Formats: sequence, C-alpha cells, structure tokens
Amino acid sequence: MTDLLALDIGWGTTLGIKTLVVLGLVPMGALILGYTFLLKMMSHMQSRLGPMDPGGFHGWYQLVGDGIKFLQKEDIMPERADRRVFALAPAIVVLSTFLVFVVIPAGPRIKVADLDVGVFYALAVSSLSVIGVLMAGWASANKYALLGGLRAAAQLIAYELPLVLAVVGVVVQAGTMNLNEIVVFQRDAEIFGWGGIGFPLILTQFIGFALFMVATQAELTQPPFDMPVAESELVAGYMVEYTGFRFLFFFIGEFGTAFAFSGLAATLFLGGWAVPGVEGTAADVLGPIVLFAKVMFVAFLMFWARFTYPRLREDQLQALAWKWLIPIALVNILATGVLKVAF
Amino acid sequence: MTTTPPRDIPEFDVDPTLYRHLADTQMNVELDTGDMILNIGPQHPATHGTLRLVVRLDGERVVAADPIIGYMHRGYEKLVEFRTYPQITTLINRIDWLSSFANEVPFIAAAERLMEIEAPPRAQWIRTTLTELSRIATFLLFLGEMGLQVGAITPAFYGFRDREYVLNLIEAVTGGRFHPNFNRIGGIKEDLPWGWIADCKQAMAKVLESCDTFEDLVVGNPIFEQRTRSIGIIPASVGASYGVSGSNLRASGVDWDLRRDGKPYLPYHELDWKVWTHPDGDSFARYWVRLQETRESARMVLQLVDGLPSGPIMAKVPRIIKVPAGEAWINTENPLGEMGYYVVSKGATGPFRVKIRSASFSNVSILPWVLRGVFVPDVITILASLYFILGDIDR
Amino acid sequence: MKREVKGMVGGLGVTLKTMLRPAVTVQYPHEREDPAPRARGVIALKEENCTVCMLCARSCPDWCIYIEGHKEQRPPRREGGRPRSVSLLDRFDIDYALCMYCGICVEVCPFDALFWSPEYEYSEHHIADLLHDKEKLGEWMATVPEPEPLELGAEKAKK
Repeated sequence: MTDLLALDIGWGTTLGIKTLVVLGLVPMGALILGYTFLLKMMSHMQSRLGPMDPGGFHGWYQLVGDGIKFLQKEDIMPERADRRVFALAPAIVVLSTFLVFVVIPAGPRIKVADLDVGVFYALAVSSLSVIGVLMAGWASANKYALLGGLRAAAQLIAYELPLVLAVVGVVVQAGTMNLNEIVVFQRDAEIFGWGGIGFPLILTQFIGFALFMVATQAELTQPPFDMPVAESELVAGYMVEYTGFRFLFFFIGEFGTAFAFSGLAATLFLGGWAVPGVEGTAADVLGPIVLFAKVMFVAFLMFWARFTYPRLREDQLQALAWKWLIPIALVNILATGVLKVAF
Repeated sequence: MTTTPPRDIPEFDVDPTLYRHLADTQMNVELDTGDMILNIGPQHPATHGTLRLVVRLDGERVVAADPIIGYMHRGYEKLVEFRTYPQITTLINRIDWLSSFANEVPFIAAAERLMEIEAPPRAQWIRTTLTELSRIATFLLFLGEMGLQVGAITPAFYGFRDREYVLNLIEAVTGGRFHPNFNRIGGIKEDLPWGWIADCKQAMAKVLESCDTFEDLVVGNPIFEQRTRSIGIIPASVGASYGVSGSNLRASGVDWDLRRDGKPYLPYHELDWKVWTHPDGDSFARYWVRLQETRESARMVLQLVDGLPSGPIMAKVPRIIKVPAGEAWINTENPLGEMGYYVVSKGATGPFRVKIRSASFSNVSILPWVLRGVFVPDVITILASLYFILGDIDR
Repeated sequence: MKREVKGMVGGLGVTLKTMLRPAVTVQYPHEREDPAPRARGVIALKEENCTVCMLCARSCPDWCIYIEGHKEQRPPRREGGRPRSVSLLDRFDIDYALCMYCGICVEVCPFDALFWSPEYEYSEHHIADLLHDKEKLGEWMATVPEPEPLELGAEKAKK
C-alpha cells in the first residue's frame, strides 16, 4: 500500500491505517448486508416494505439507529453465568470475522496482508467462531442456550469439512493458495483461447461453488441450517441471554462473517476484484467496486435461500454433511485433479 | 374459474413406530447423564399462547411431556351464568378468536332448538358462508405459521397477507374483523351490503391462488417433507380415544366430518363438497388436509353466494327472548375440531348453565402420548400441526 | 431426486416472484385504508331521540354506559289534557376503555338514538380521557355513514 499513495509512509502508520480499515469495514459490511438483504430484500419477498421512515429515504438509517440503541442498553448478565467466559464469547466470534477480512484483496495493490497461504489462513481462522459460540452457550446458565450451543458445536464442526474440501478444487486448478494470485489467474487465463471474460473458476468448479455456498450457509447458522438459533424453538439459541452491545457483537459477527464469506466466494470463484483487460491503477480504482458487486450477488443467493427454506433438523443436517457433501467434495477434487493433468 | 386438483401425494414409507421405542432405551449405560427438565412456555413462540409444556429430555430426545394449561382461563362458564343470550353471543366470540363466527353458531343453534324455531333459509345460508369464511381465515393462518414453526419465515407473511382479504369481507358484513357478533336467536343481525357477493368471489379467487403458493413454497419443499413426514403419527384409534377431532383425525384416515355426518345444524347437505382425509396421520398429513380443506371451503363459499336464497333474515321472535326450560346439546365442526355447547335453560333471559366442549382441550390431551421419543425440534412441529388455540383450551 | 430439485427451485421461484411484485403494505399514517362503512369504530349519540329508557345501559355486557336523567313537565298537547312528563338526559357516558364494541346497545335502542361510525382514531394518552361524554358522542354523529343498500334478495326494510 505504500506505493499506492506514492508517499513514504512508515511501517507503523501503514499498520495503523490497515487496522482502521479492517475495523471500519466489518461493521460497514455488516450494516450494508443487514440493511439490503435482511431488512429490504426479506421484506419484499414477504410482500411488505420494511423500514421506510428512519432517515427519510427507505429507512436507510434503521440499522444505525439500532446500533446506537444497543449501545445504550443496560448490560445484564445472568446471575449464575460465568462472567469472564460470558463476556469473552462475543469478542471471539467477532475476532474471527476481523481476521478473515485481513486476507481478502480489493485490488492488485489494495490488500491488507498478502499471505502465500491465504486460503488456508482464511478457512482456519474462520473456524475460531465455533469456540465463541460454545462459550456463549455454556456460560449463559440457560438450558435453551446450552441446547443451542451444543447444536452449534456439532453443526459448525461438521460443515468445516465440506467448506475446506470445496475450496481445494479451486486451489488445485489455480495452482496457488495466495488469494491475489488466484484472482490474477482468473483474469488472465482464457477459455479455449478466448479471453473475453477471463476464466472465473465457477465455470469448472460449479460443484465446488454449490458446496461452498451450502457450507457457508451452515457456518453462518442461517436457515436451512439454523438449528442453533432456531427462532421458534430456542428463541436465539446460544445468544438468548445476550443484550445490549454484546448482542450487537454477535449481530455484527453474523453479518460481517456473511460479508467475509461472500468476499471469499467472490474472490475464489467469481474473479474477485478482476475485470479482464483492466490492469494497473485502473484496477485499483475499479477493483473495490467490482468486488463489492460480486459480493452482493453472492450474498443475494445466500439470503434468498435463507428466507425461502425451512430448517433441517440436527440429525438431518449432519446426515447431509457427512453422507452427501463430503463424498461429493472428494469426487470433485478427484475430477479436478484428473482433468487438470489431462488438460 | 379453474380449480387445480391437489398434486399427487408421493409414495412414502411411513413407519408408525419410529422413535417411540427410543424413549425407553438408553444409548450408553456408562454415560448415563441423567435427564434434563426443560420448560417450554408459558412464554414461547411455538406454543400459540400461554401453554406450558414440561418436557423431560435425554439429550435431545423427549422422554416424557406434560402440558400444563390454565394460564388463560377466563371463566367463561361462570361468566355466562349472569348474562343474557345476546350478551353471551358477544363473549363467546373470544373463545377461539381466530374463527370467532364459528363459535357463535352452535350456541345460537342450541337456543333455537330449545325455542323450537328455525332461522329462515337466507339467514342459514349467510351463516354458513360466514362460517366457511372463518374456516378459511383460520386455516390460512395455520398454513403460514406451521411453515414458521418449521423454520421458513416467509410463509407466515403470506398467510397473514391473504387472510386480510377474508377479514375485510367479514368486516364489510358484520362490522368487526375478528369478533363478528352477528348471530341472533332466530337468524342474523343484518343483511349483506351491496356489492359484497362480487367482492367475495374476487377474494375467493385470491384465496385459491394463495393455496397454490403454499403448495409450491411449503408442501413441495423437500426440507419441509423431511421435517414433517413420520413425525407425530397419531393412529386413528388412539386419536379417537383421546378425543382428537377435526382435521387432526381426518389426517389419520378417519372419514368423519360433523358437517356431513352429525346432526344437521346448517345447510351443508345442499352443497356439493367433499371431505378430505389422508392415511398417514403424521404432521405432513395434517398440513395437507388443512390445505385441501381451505380450497374446499373457498369452493363452498362460491357455491353459497351463487345459490343464496332471498327472503327475510330473522324469524318471528319476541322482543325480550326468554328461552323455554330444557337442555340442548349441539356440536359442530369448527375449524379447530369439534366444538359443542350443552345449554341448560330454566326459562329466563339467560341460560342457567352452559358447558363448553372445546376442540383444542381434547387435541392437547394427546400431547403426552404423541411426544414420547421425538426430538425437541419435532415437539415444535407437532405442536404446530395439532393447531390449538389457547383461548379454546382454557376458555 | 428430480422431484426434490423441482421442489427446492419452486420455493425459490415463489419468493423471487413475490419480491418483484409491489408490496401490499399501507404506510399508515401517511396512507390510510378506509374501513368498511359498517365497521364498528365508535358509537355516536343522537341526543334528541334519547328518552332515557336505560335499555342500552342494561344490555351492555360490560356495563360501560353511564346514564343519568331527570323528568320535566311539558305543557299538554291539547287543551284540558294532563301535562306530559318528558325524560331528559343529564349524563350519557360511554367508557371506551371498557367497551367491547359488540353493538348490543346500538341494536337494542328502540328510538334510534345510537349509531355506529367507522371512525377509529381516538386514542388518548390518559385512560380517563377514553370516557366520552354526551357532547363528544354527539360530535361523532357527523361521521356516521348513510345506511347502505343491501344485496339482491334481501327483504325490503319494513320502515
């Protein structure tokens, strides 16, 4: 980033700027996703309008107002809750979101960290939230929270595997785990000699994309996999005893992670910030916009499925993961490997 | 106007003993962790009101369940001892508040039977129309909220949206959306306003369209099928012995509908309609039967408004009505099941004693039997599919 | 398998179709939907018709109508007749905090002094303000709609 601004900024200032960018991006992403999809798209799918008054224009201010409301609420902790674990749990969930954002590039030179094991890092770090959820479920001293936490532990761990295996196909095909290089690969490669749209990996990795979307849905505990947070049974599951800013953390964690995973999916399968033919500074300017558009598209698919389907029962979703998704993912990797060598 | 026939029910191997035996087994004797007692309710989104369900869980499996009712007891049978018949008609609207018109009909029919008068045909046909409209309103809510309990948020909104058309119709006739207070001893209060029949036909077209939407969104969804098939199977004999009635029993294969098989209280035999049953007896069957019954009610309403006889809407009754002494028992097919009133009169302007047999009270009594051995999510599915209203249980 | 896929895709199609259609929300208070003319919104009192017979107060299931009246002597109609006594209203209050909106009072009144009006926007900040006295009930008369025509086949009204 230092050469982007053509200024000689020191190491410390760069770190500070990057930290601020990530810290600001996560709530912003959560806010945008929450407003567009949770408030507006869900409402229109249900034949209603959603918030219209706050802020005047179609209620854009609603979530900001909600955030301020959460911040000024009383901090209630159940009497028998484990105080330190109770307080730490939301922080860990949000922490994993921040860490995933670190590695997603928004342009050839706009990136916070350029890791050679970017994909590996992103998937590893995203599974930190499981600990946070378990901590929340246990420390709440509430049977409903406990049920939700246990369900979450089983579900999140089970769906880590399809998530990882779906991405292996992309890594095999692109030949690298560095996210920026994967994007460049998709921009520069050609489909049978035609370089018009580059080579977004979704074309050959459509099974991987489908698996990734399903596994992401489960990792975010969204319907049809929202057993841990089954609204009509457990009334928010592991989050049930959280109020005020702690609940805000969970909320930001949920939608921030949705943004992060959509970002990952857009980067790995749709080409990230790349527009074929655009390089250099133009790509730096266009990159974030293109990435944002692709993220919104992926998020649209995710939230569309969220609002349509009922939820699977715990044993049914475990069966889906272990008996269906993992074998399909393994077959996908096998096929990718064979075809990669053949072609 | 075309009416779509229901789609074929796909073949499904329903295992009636699924899960029940697991309530008594222990998976691993060394890991005996003891049972957990979970209190579902009285404040819970899934219990349709203030029902408290104390379940004993082994992990996520229910070992025993105990419904505790009475949080909404309003003392109806005591209230009506001190009120006159028109006043009681107003109150009993609120027993089953979703299908409130249907609650008035058996009570007024009982009083009419004691007085040995009959409402004129036009009044009876309008009563039938409004009863079927209440049935449609109740079932549209059910179709939506069962999707909600199973996890799909969207059908609930469709249910409420489409219910508005029916409630607007009821409001245009009676003045009240939820509490019509429209029956009077000897007939009904007022006649239909101009243009109502045309509005009614339009609304029924929308209702039929909405049923198709529910079929696409909920019934055709494989996830919904997985969540409801083989869950909460009530065999016909067990259901009948517990007093389960209405669509719940018809979903177990029993071909019994008081509109056709009971003592006639409204002119149902003059219409061309069919009773829907389903052989399985699980939660999916209960949803499916109610979906078909909604369509059937819409078709019945169209027949009713087409064939409405003309004439007076009130029989010759004195100004101050004193019902002669005697006892009368009328039971009717309410949307929730079989509802009955046993009216004891001693010749005054109000009854001496009214015993209210409400459908949901008996429907809920089967919960300890049917909830053994199921998972916690299935408890919610079964509660939703039995479709009880707390006002109806507790009166 | 094909049926399952069709079911999943069908569900998505329904939500997408609904999203593309306009919403059905009526944005109260910016837009209003008028209730039906028969809607039971508020009860209006026509004071000149009331003879203080107390039928409405007696038949109310909640006993929310409070009536006080007094008798006055009026000159006889013909020469040599008795002076007529006429009942006049002192107080006619309906407590809308108790009212069930059942309409028995409107129906039972033999002199057509009570009418239904579909007006519903009269919420108050203090519950005591929900006791409408006879002046306020008289003001609601302006909102009472004309009796509407009935459907075909209805018996013509006797009056």
